[in-house]
Amino acid sequence: MSTLEIRGLRAAVNGTEILRGIDLTVSSGEVHAIMGPNGAGKSTLSAVVMGKPGYEVLAGSVTLDGVDVLALPTWERAAAGLHLVMQYPTEVPGVMLDDVLGEALTTRGRSTDGLDALLRSEAASIGFEERFLDRPLNVDLSGGEKKRNETLQLAVLQPKIAILDELDSGLDIDALRDCSRRVEAMSNDPDSPLGVLAITHYSRLLTELRCDHVHILVKGRIVTSGGPELADVLETDGYAAFVPAEELAEPAAEKAPVRPGSLDDLFAM
Amino acid sequence: MNDTVTIDAWRDVTLPTPDEEIWRYSRITDLDLSAYEPVPHAPNVDGDGQLPQGVTIGGVTVDLFGEAPDVFALLNRTFAAQVHVRVPAGTVVEAPIVITHTVPGSGALVAPRLVVEAGRDSQVTVVERFVSDGDGRALVLPVVQIRADAAARVQYLAVNELSDAAWSIGHQQAEGDRDSSTLLATVTLGGDYARVRTEARLVGPGGSTRQVALYFAGGDQMHDFRTIQDHAAPYTSSDLLFKGAVQDRSRSVYTGLIRIRENAKGTVAYQTNRNLTLSDGAWAESVPNLDIQTNDVKCSHASTVGPIDEDQRFYLESRGVRPEVAERLVVLGFFDEVLSQLPASDITAAVRASVAAKLNIGADHAAGAEVAS
Repeated sequence: MSTLEIRGLRAAVNGTEILRGIDLTVSSGEVHAIMGPNGAGKSTLSAVVMGKPGYEVLAGSVTLDGVDVLALPTWERAAAGLHLVMQYPTEVPGVMLDDVLGEALTTRGRSTDGLDALLRSEAASIGFEERFLDRPLNVDLSGGEKKRNETLQLAVLQPKIAILDELDSGLDIDALRDCSRRVEAMSNDPDSPLGVLAITHYSRLLTELRCDHVHILVKGRIVTSGGPELADVLETDGYAAFVPAEELAEPAAEKAPVRPGSLDDLFAM
Repeated sequence: MNDTVTIDAWRDVTLPTPDEEIWRYSRITDLDLSAYEPVPHAPNVDGDGQLPQGVTIGGVTVDLFGEAPDVFALLNRTFAAQVHVRVPAGTVVEAPIVITHTVPGSGALVAPRLVVEAGRDSQVTVVERFVSDGDGRALVLPVVQIRADAAARVQYLAVNELSDAAWSIGHQQAEGDRDSSTLLATVTLGGDYARVRTEARLVGPGGSTRQVALYFAGGDQMHDFRTIQDHAAPYTSSDLLFKGAVQDRSRSVYTGLIRIRENAKGTVAYQTNRNLTLSDGAWAESVPNLDIQTNDVKCSHASTVGPIDEDQRFYLESRGVRPEVAERLVVLGFFDEVLSQLPASDITAAVRASVAAKLNIGADHAAGAEVAS
């Protein structure tokens, strides 16, 4: 059993406070959905938990099984069992998937024996074409292929807790079903059930990936938490039921640190 | 520049200065000709004891283009150690012709000269390797001249793995006629100061050139590239990709010019130069230029100088890859785009290994070291 605990987390980007006190607990086998309008701080939450450069933690704590995650560099957070499925996976020219996963397994003290066979069987199970295994990371892959690639890595690395940052964006219905089913299966694994924090705009992700808890994030705070039925309310009524209309109308506050030519701005959507 | 430099008076030549644009940023003022002495030089051509067909070593110095671009090309004429490759029309030479220059140290001056004449509809690949012997202190003045006749396909690769005590100032000139295609590839890892100036000229409609380079400087090395993509005929195309990295206190310079002459309508020309600066003390300069004298052309250039991409590093680290290993993977991956275009695959593998061995970042985690620990 593993538990990710986020307590009173406040964080800023470029001096602007985006997360204004987040409390959240995710344990093995649980699926939590975080939903919220644009600019609510959803992607900032995933970036801060994983340690993406450019985000400043103002207060609060994040622990994984009692270990202070915020004190660790990104690679150690991953090795400790946290995993981030990115909204817009970065293209890394010339760097091969099997090399990266080989290094990632080595960091964790795990053997790379059978990695090739594992890659092939996992790829087949989510409809990721084998020929893409020999491509440099994410280079020349479509949106759906990139998300299949992300899901493939998740399945091979077998983390304790996975943060899915808009897994459902940029992929077609087939890819969405393949990816969300695979995550659902991991969360139901009898030996080591995956804990999932799924950030999403839409409830369509949650048809195959069955969530236990839904949290509504607005302007850097969780305003409501509940069961899966919350997602249905959102689907019919929108966010208006959870937040005053005038607040929704305000311009998006969330801004990632942007470097010219990078995809960081998209990451922050 | 078309004077003759005599053997007796070669040290009296006037050296260029950084005031000339083409020598800007260079280390030319550090060059002391009195430290060098011409020595006999015998290029080695692979061929199981006999020379490949059409290859001549020595003989009367051939000059395909007349005008020498500068004094070092003149010196090359004076001291030329020539390899002449002639491929008759319609002939395809299957195996790459591999020439190795083992350059002695102790202040040796050598002037390797390679002339390639590819007849109509012929095909040839020539690889030239430069390595050092002894203490490595040498001045190497290589010249390459390539003429691709109509529809000829020529691939050329130069690999500089000279000692970091050696100086090298080289010229590459290529001229492509109608529908010819020429690949000019350069790998530079060696040299204290290593410079290559390349002029790729297209003189027949439908001709194309592709230029790629990988350069990686460390220690106090400096690598220096000047390129001209010269379009002197309509419907010609050129594409250039130069990728370099600098670590420690090393430096690199790239300046490139796309020249599209008045008669070269319908031309397509691309130029890309990307540089990684891997240490605070390292420095890279990139200066792209365009000189377009006609309309109806498609032309673009891109140039970047900077550290390892932060997003790429974060992506790998978020999988649990150690930072130094992540950086190592990103740097080696950066060069892969060039390596994958080199014409001789066995040499490519050796170059990839040399680059990996030279890279400081994550060296403790490199294959081999890991097995030993």
